[in-house]
Amino acid sequence: MSDSLSNASPEIFDRASLRRHRERAAAAIGEHDFLIREVAERLLDRLQDIRRRFPLALDLGCHHGVVAELLAGYPAGLGGIETLVQADLSPAMARLAAARAPSLVADEEALPFAEGSLDLVLSVLSLHWVNDLPGTLLQIARMLKPDGLFLAAMIGGESLKELRAALMQAESEVEGGVSPRVSPFADLRDLGGLLQRAGFALPVADMDSITVTYPTALKLMGDLRGMGESGADRNRRRGFSRRETLLRAAALYQERHADSEGRIPATFEILYLTGWTPHASQQRPLAPGSAQARLAEALDSAELPSGDKADPKR
Amino acid sequence: MTHTVDPKLLEILVCPLTKGPLDYDAEAQELISRQAHLAYPIRDGIPIMLVDEARQIDD
Repeated sequence: MSDSLSNASPEIFDRASLRRHRERAAAAIGEHDFLIREVAERLLDRLQDIRRRFPLALDLGCHHGVVAELLAGYPAGLGGIETLVQADLSPAMARLAAARAPSLVADEEALPFAEGSLDLVLSVLSLHWVNDLPGTLLQIARMLKPDGLFLAAMIGGESLKELRAALMQAESEVEGGVSPRVSPFADLRDLGGLLQRAGFALPVADMDSITVTYPTALKLMGDLRGMGESGADRNRRRGFSRRETLLRAAALYQERHADSEGRIPATFEILYLTGWTPHASQQRPLAPGSAQARLAEALDSAELPSGDKADPKR
Repeated sequence: MTHTVDPKLLEILVCPLTKGPLDYDAEAQELISRQAHLAYPIRDGIPIMLVDEARQIDD
Protein backbone atom coordinates (compact mmCIF):
# COMPACT_ATOMS: atom_id res chain seq x y z
CA MET A 1 0.00 0.00 0.00
CA SER A 2 2.64 2.49 0.98
CA ASP A 3 4.30 1.84 -2.40
CA SER A 4 1.45 3.60 -4.14
CA LEU A 5 1.74 6.65 -1.90
CA SER A 6 5.41 7.23 -1.44
CA ASN A 7 7.49 8.50 -4.31
CA ALA A 8 10.43 6.65 -5.74
CA SER A 9 12.44 6.62 -2.52
CA PRO A 10 13.61 3.13 -1.63
CA GLU A 11 11.95 1.37 1.28
CA ILE A 12 14.66 1.05 3.87
CA PHE A 13 12.50 0.10 6.82
CA ASP A 14 10.11 -2.77 7.12
CA ARG A 15 7.09 -1.07 8.71
CA ALA A 16 5.37 -4.40 9.39
CA SER A 17 8.36 -5.47 11.52
CA LEU A 18 8.35 -2.15 13.34
CA ARG A 19 4.69 -2.63 14.12
CA ARG A 20 5.34 -6.16 15.40
CA HIS A 21 8.22 -4.92 17.55
CA ARG A 22 5.98 -2.26 19.10
CA GLU A 23 3.11 -4.70 19.58
CA ARG A 24 5.43 -7.07 21.40
CA ALA A 25 7.06 -4.31 23.44
CA ALA A 26 3.78 -2.78 24.62
CA ALA A 27 3.13 -5.13 27.54
CA ALA A 28 6.32 -4.24 29.44
CA ILE A 29 7.14 -0.88 27.87
CA GLY A 30 7.01 0.86 31.26
CA GLU A 31 10.19 -0.97 32.29
CA HIS A 32 12.15 0.17 29.23
CA ASP A 33 10.86 3.64 28.42
CA PHE A 34 13.65 5.67 30.04
CA LEU A 35 14.87 7.20 26.78
CA ILE A 36 11.36 7.96 25.46
CA ARG A 37 10.50 9.65 28.77
CA GLU A 38 13.73 11.67 28.89
CA VAL A 39 13.34 12.90 25.30
CA ALA A 40 9.63 13.68 25.79
CA GLU A 41 10.57 15.85 28.78
CA ARG A 42 13.22 17.67 26.76
CA LEU A 43 10.77 18.25 23.92
CA LEU A 44 8.09 19.59 26.27
CA ASP A 45 10.70 21.91 27.80
CA ARG A 46 11.18 23.40 24.36
CA LEU A 47 7.44 23.72 23.91
CA GLN A 48 7.13 25.55 27.19
CA ASP A 49 9.51 28.22 25.94
CA ILE A 50 7.03 29.07 23.20
CA ARG A 51 4.38 31.47 24.46
CA ARG A 52 1.45 30.34 22.38
CA ARG A 53 -1.86 28.53 22.74
CA PHE A 54 -2.30 25.25 20.90
CA PRO A 55 -6.00 24.30 21.10
CA LEU A 56 -5.54 20.92 19.37
CA ALA A 57 -2.28 18.98 19.46
CA LEU A 58 -1.29 15.57 18.10
CA ASP A 59 1.33 13.26 19.59
CA LEU A 60 2.45 11.34 16.50
CA GLY A 61 4.02 7.96 17.24
CA CYS A 62 2.87 8.23 20.85
CA HIS A 63 4.09 4.83 22.11
CA HIS A 64 2.15 4.15 25.32
CA GLY A 65 1.23 7.80 25.84
CA VAL A 66 4.24 9.34 27.59
CA VAL A 67 3.48 12.88 26.42
CA ALA A 68 -0.13 12.64 27.64
CA GLU A 69 1.13 11.31 30.96
CA LEU A 70 3.61 14.17 31.36
CA LEU A 71 0.94 16.72 30.42
CA ALA A 72 -1.37 15.26 33.05
CA GLY A 73 1.20 16.32 35.65
CA TYR A 74 0.41 19.94 34.80
CA PRO A 75 -3.24 20.56 35.75
CA ALA A 76 -3.02 24.13 34.45
CA GLY A 77 -1.85 22.82 31.10
CA LEU A 78 1.61 22.77 29.64
CA GLY A 79 2.96 24.46 26.57
CA GLY A 80 -0.46 25.94 25.77
CA ILE A 81 -1.97 22.56 24.81
CA GLU A 82 -5.72 22.39 25.41
CA THR A 83 -6.64 19.05 23.83
CA LEU A 84 -4.23 16.25 22.94
CA VAL A 85 -4.91 13.39 20.56
CA GLN A 86 -2.48 10.52 20.02
CA ALA A 87 -1.56 8.16 17.21
CA ASP A 88 0.69 5.11 17.01
CA LEU A 89 1.36 2.46 14.39
CA SER A 90 0.77 -0.25 16.98
CA PRO A 91 -2.78 -0.99 18.20
CA ALA A 92 -1.40 -2.28 21.52
CA MET A 93 0.43 1.02 22.11
CA ALA A 94 -2.61 3.07 21.04
CA ARG A 95 -4.76 1.10 23.49
CA LEU A 96 -2.38 1.88 26.38
CA ALA A 97 -2.23 5.54 25.35
CA ALA A 98 -6.05 5.74 25.25
CA ALA A 99 -6.13 5.57 29.04
CA ARG A 100 -5.21 9.27 29.16
CA ALA A 101 -6.36 10.90 25.92
CA PRO A 102 -8.11 9.95 22.68
CA SER A 103 -5.91 7.80 20.49
CA LEU A 104 -5.96 6.05 17.15
CA VAL A 105 -3.83 3.75 15.05
CA ALA A 106 -2.13 5.45 12.12
CA ASP A 107 0.88 4.98 9.88
CA GLU A 108 3.23 7.99 9.77
CA GLU A 109 3.67 7.27 6.05
CA ALA A 110 -0.07 7.66 5.26
CA LEU A 111 -1.57 10.02 7.80
CA PRO A 112 -5.36 10.25 8.31
CA PHE A 113 -5.73 13.88 9.45
CA ALA A 114 -7.70 16.54 7.59
CA GLU A 115 -5.94 19.50 6.02
CA GLY A 116 -5.54 22.38 8.48
CA SER A 117 -7.02 20.44 11.39
CA LEU A 118 -4.24 20.70 14.00
CA ASP A 119 -2.41 23.51 15.83
CA LEU A 120 0.58 21.44 16.94
CA VAL A 121 2.19 18.15 15.95
CA LEU A 122 4.63 16.64 18.45
CA SER A 123 6.60 13.48 17.83
CA VAL A 124 8.95 11.68 20.21
CA LEU A 125 11.32 9.02 18.85
CA SER A 126 9.18 7.71 16.02
CA LEU A 127 10.05 9.51 12.80
CA HIS A 128 13.45 7.80 12.44
CA TRP A 129 11.50 4.74 11.27
CA VAL A 130 9.82 6.49 8.36
CA ASN A 131 10.97 5.46 4.87
CA ASP A 132 9.85 8.60 3.09
CA LEU A 133 10.58 11.37 5.59
CA PRO A 134 10.08 14.18 3.00
CA GLY A 135 6.64 12.73 2.22
CA THR A 136 5.70 12.50 5.89
CA LEU A 137 6.86 16.09 6.54
CA LEU A 138 4.72 17.30 3.63
CA GLN A 139 1.69 15.51 5.07
CA ILE A 140 2.35 17.03 8.51
CA ALA A 141 2.68 20.52 7.03
CA ARG A 142 -0.72 20.06 5.37
CA MET A 143 -2.39 18.78 8.55
CA LEU A 144 -1.38 21.91 10.44
CA LYS A 145 -3.28 25.18 10.48
CA PRO A 146 -1.43 28.31 9.34
CA ASP A 147 1.08 29.34 12.03
CA GLY A 148 0.93 25.77 13.37
CA LEU A 149 3.97 24.21 14.98
CA PHE A 150 5.77 20.96 14.25
CA LEU A 151 8.15 19.86 16.99
CA ALA A 152 9.80 16.45 16.79
CA ALA A 153 12.68 14.45 18.22
CA MET A 154 14.20 11.46 16.49
CA ILE A 155 17.21 9.22 16.93
CA GLY A 156 20.17 10.43 14.87
CA GLY A 157 22.95 8.86 12.84
CA GLU A 158 25.67 9.03 15.48
CA SER A 159 23.67 6.93 17.94
CA LEU A 160 24.90 3.59 19.30
CA LYS A 161 28.16 3.65 17.39
CA GLU A 162 29.83 1.45 20.01
CA LEU A 163 27.09 -1.15 19.77
CA ARG A 164 27.15 -1.20 16.01
CA ALA A 165 30.89 -1.72 15.89
CA ALA A 166 30.75 -4.52 18.48
CA LEU A 167 27.88 -6.31 16.74
CA MET A 168 29.51 -6.07 13.36
CA GLN A 169 32.78 -7.52 14.56
CA ALA A 170 31.10 -10.26 16.58
CA GLU A 171 28.95 -11.26 13.67
CA SER A 172 31.79 -11.52 11.23
CA GLU A 173 33.82 -13.53 13.76
CA VAL A 174 31.02 -15.92 14.73
CA GLU A 175 28.87 -16.14 11.61
CA GLY A 176 31.36 -15.21 8.92
CA GLY A 177 29.27 -12.37 7.48
CA VAL A 178 27.69 -9.07 8.41
CA SER A 179 24.14 -7.78 8.14
CA PRO A 180 22.75 -4.54 9.53
CA ARG A 181 21.45 -4.91 13.10
CA VAL A 182 20.99 -1.34 14.21
CA SER A 183 19.04 0.80 11.82
CA PRO A 184 20.54 3.60 9.74
CA PHE A 185 19.44 6.99 10.99
CA ALA A 186 18.94 10.43 9.46
CA ASP A 187 21.67 13.02 9.33
CA LEU A 188 21.35 16.44 10.93
CA ARG A 189 22.66 18.20 7.83
CA ASP A 190 19.78 16.93 5.68
CA LEU A 191 16.97 17.84 8.02
CA GLY A 192 16.80 21.65 7.81
CA GLY A 193 16.53 21.40 4.04
CA LEU A 194 13.85 18.73 4.28
CA LEU A 195 11.76 20.94 6.57
CA GLN A 196 12.09 23.83 4.18
CA ARG A 197 11.16 21.72 1.16
CA ALA A 198 8.07 20.50 3.02
CA GLY A 199 6.98 24.16 3.25
CA PHE A 200 7.86 24.90 6.88
CA ALA A 201 8.88 28.46 7.77
CA LEU A 202 11.59 29.25 10.32
CA PRO A 203 12.94 25.67 10.15
CA VAL A 204 15.45 24.61 12.78
CA ALA A 205 17.25 21.28 13.10
CA ASP A 206 19.59 20.75 16.03
CA MET A 207 20.82 17.94 18.22
CA ASP A 208 21.90 16.92 21.66
CA SER A 209 23.14 13.64 22.98
CA ILE A 210 22.13 11.45 25.88
CA THR A 211 24.54 8.95 27.39
CA VAL A 212 23.02 6.09 29.32
CA THR A 213 25.15 3.61 31.26
CA TYR A 214 24.27 -0.06 31.43
CA PRO A 215 25.69 -2.95 33.43
CA THR A 216 26.16 -4.96 30.22
CA ALA A 217 25.59 -4.62 26.49
CA LEU A 218 23.01 -7.42 26.73
CA LYS A 219 20.98 -5.19 29.05
CA LEU A 220 21.27 -2.36 26.50
CA MET A 221 20.06 -4.65 23.70
CA GLY A 222 17.22 -5.81 25.95
CA ASP A 223 16.20 -2.19 26.56
CA LEU A 224 16.19 -1.42 22.84
CA ARG A 225 13.96 -4.41 22.22
CA GLY A 226 11.83 -3.40 25.20
CA MET A 227 11.21 0.01 23.62
CA GLY A 228 10.24 -1.65 20.33
CA GLU A 229 13.43 -0.30 18.76
CA SER A 230 14.94 -3.51 17.39
CA GLY A 231 16.34 -3.13 13.88
CA ALA A 232 13.73 -3.13 11.12
CA ASP A 233 15.86 -2.62 8.02
CA ARG A 234 14.46 -4.38 5.02
CA ASN A 235 17.79 -5.92 4.07
CA ARG A 236 18.76 -7.18 7.51
CA ARG A 237 19.35 -10.85 8.04
CA ARG A 238 16.08 -12.56 8.93
CA GLY A 239 15.60 -14.51 12.11
CA PHE A 240 17.15 -14.03 15.48
CA SER A 241 20.76 -13.20 16.10
CA ARG A 242 22.67 -16.21 17.32
CA ARG A 243 23.09 -16.18 21.07
CA GLU A 244 26.81 -16.71 20.57
CA THR A 245 27.05 -13.59 18.40
CA LEU A 246 25.26 -11.44 20.96
CA LEU A 247 27.45 -12.72 23.78
CA ARG A 248 30.59 -12.05 21.77
CA ALA A 249 29.35 -8.53 20.94
CA ALA A 250 28.64 -7.91 24.61
CA ALA A 251 32.15 -9.06 25.52
CA LEU A 252 33.73 -6.83 22.86
CA TYR A 253 31.66 -3.86 24.02
CA GLN A 254 32.73 -4.49 27.62
CA GLU A 255 36.38 -4.84 26.66
CA ARG A 256 36.46 -1.60 24.70
CA HIS A 257 34.21 0.73 26.65
CA ALA A 258 33.67 -0.41 30.25
CA ASP A 259 34.40 2.17 32.97
CA SER A 260 36.22 1.40 36.22
CA GLU A 261 33.05 -0.14 37.69
CA GLY A 262 32.51 -2.29 34.63
CA ARG A 263 29.52 -0.33 33.36
CA ILE A 264 29.27 0.51 29.69
CA PRO A 265 28.07 3.78 28.14
CA ALA A 266 25.65 3.97 25.21
CA THR A 267 25.31 7.29 23.45
CA PHE A 268 22.14 8.35 21.70
CA GLU A 269 22.17 11.35 19.41
CA ILE A 270 18.77 13.04 19.46
CA LEU A 271 17.82 15.21 16.50
CA TYR A 272 15.22 17.92 17.05
CA LEU A 273 13.11 19.38 14.25
CA THR A 274 11.14 22.61 14.56
CA GLY A 275 9.08 24.27 11.86
CA TRP A 276 6.08 26.56 11.55
CA THR A 277 3.48 26.53 8.84
CA PRO A 278 3.70 29.90 7.08
CA HIS A 279 1.63 32.84 8.29
CA ALA A 280 1.70 36.58 7.52
CA SER A 281 2.63 37.42 11.14
CA GLN A 282 5.98 35.60 10.94
CA GLN A 283 9.30 37.32 10.44
CA ARG A 284 10.41 37.23 6.82
CA PRO A 285 13.29 38.66 4.83
CA LEU A 286 12.45 41.91 2.98
CA ALA A 287 12.12 41.81 -0.79
CA PRO A 288 15.41 42.56 -2.59
CA GLY A 289 15.67 46.25 -3.49
CA SER A 290 13.27 47.39 -0.75
CA ALA A 291 15.98 48.92 1.49
CA GLN A 292 15.26 52.39 2.92
CA ALA A 293 18.88 53.38 3.58
CA ARG A 294 22.16 52.90 1.78
CA LEU A 295 24.68 50.51 3.26
CA ALA A 296 27.50 52.78 2.04
CA GLU A 297 26.10 55.68 4.09
CA ALA A 298 25.91 53.58 7.20
CA LEU A 299 29.53 52.54 6.67
CA ASP A 300 30.56 56.07 5.71
CA SER A 301 32.28 54.87 2.56
CA ALA A 302 31.90 55.38 -1.18
CA GLU A 303 29.44 53.20 -3.07
CA LEU A 304 30.99 51.26 -5.96
CA PRO A 305 29.06 49.86 -8.89
CA SER A 306 28.68 46.12 -8.57
CA GLY A 307 31.34 44.22 -10.43
CA ASP A 308 34.11 46.71 -9.58
CA LYS A 309 36.80 45.48 -7.22
CA ALA A 310 37.15 47.49 -4.06
CA ASP A 311 40.40 49.42 -4.08
CA PRO A 312 42.01 49.30 -0.65
CA LYS A 313 44.34 52.22 -1.50
CA ARG A 314 41.45 54.63 -2.02
CA MET B 1 -11.29 3.48 29.01
CA THR B 2 -14.28 4.50 26.94
CA HIS B 3 -15.60 2.33 24.15
CA THR B 4 -17.05 5.06 22.01
CA VAL B 5 -14.87 6.97 19.62
CA ASP B 6 -14.01 10.50 20.76
CA PRO B 7 -16.02 13.10 18.78
CA LYS B 8 -12.91 15.24 18.51
CA LEU B 9 -11.25 12.48 16.48
CA LEU B 10 -14.25 12.13 14.17
CA GLU B 11 -13.94 15.83 13.32
CA ILE B 12 -10.35 15.63 12.12
CA LEU B 13 -9.95 12.15 10.60
CA VAL B 14 -9.83 11.57 6.85
CA CYS B 15 -9.04 8.53 4.71
CA PRO B 16 -5.25 7.99 4.84
CA LEU B 17 -5.27 6.86 1.21
CA THR B 18 -7.38 9.55 -0.49
CA LYS B 19 -7.43 12.21 2.30
CA GLY B 20 -11.16 12.31 1.52
CA PRO B 21 -14.01 12.47 4.06
CA LEU B 22 -15.15 9.54 6.21
CA ASP B 23 -18.66 8.51 7.21
CA TYR B 24 -19.09 7.24 10.75
CA ASP B 25 -21.16 4.07 10.98
CA ALA B 26 -21.93 3.93 14.72
CA GLU B 27 -23.73 0.59 14.43
CA ALA B 28 -20.90 -1.26 12.69
CA GLN B 29 -18.20 0.82 14.43
CA GLU B 30 -16.55 1.67 11.15
CA LEU B 31 -15.28 4.76 9.37
CA ILE B 32 -16.16 4.54 5.73
CA SER B 33 -14.20 6.05 2.88
CA ARG B 34 -16.55 6.07 -0.13
CA GLN B 35 -13.78 7.22 -2.46
CA ALA B 36 -11.42 4.40 -1.51
CA HIS B 37 -14.20 1.80 -1.00
CA LEU B 38 -12.71 1.01 2.38
CA ALA B 39 -14.17 0.67 5.86
CA TYR B 40 -11.76 1.33 8.71
CA PRO B 41 -12.65 -0.54 11.92
CA ILE B 42 -13.03 1.11 15.33
CA ARG B 43 -11.97 -1.28 18.11
CA ASP B 44 -12.64 -0.35 21.74
CA GLY B 45 -13.14 3.25 20.65
CA ILE B 46 -9.81 3.32 18.79
CA PRO B 47 -9.99 3.99 15.04
CA ILE B 48 -7.59 1.72 13.14
CA MET B 49 -6.63 3.98 10.24
CA LEU B 50 -4.49 1.46 8.37
CA VAL B 51 -5.28 0.54 4.79
CA ASP B 52 -4.23 -3.08 5.32
CA GLU B 53 -6.65 -3.43 8.24
CA ALA B 54 -9.59 -1.89 6.34
CA ARG B 55 -12.47 -3.87 4.90
CA GLN B 56 -13.05 -3.65 1.14
CA ILE B 57 -16.57 -2.48 0.35
CA ASP B 58 -18.30 -2.58 -3.02
CA ASP B 59 -21.27 -0.40 -3.75
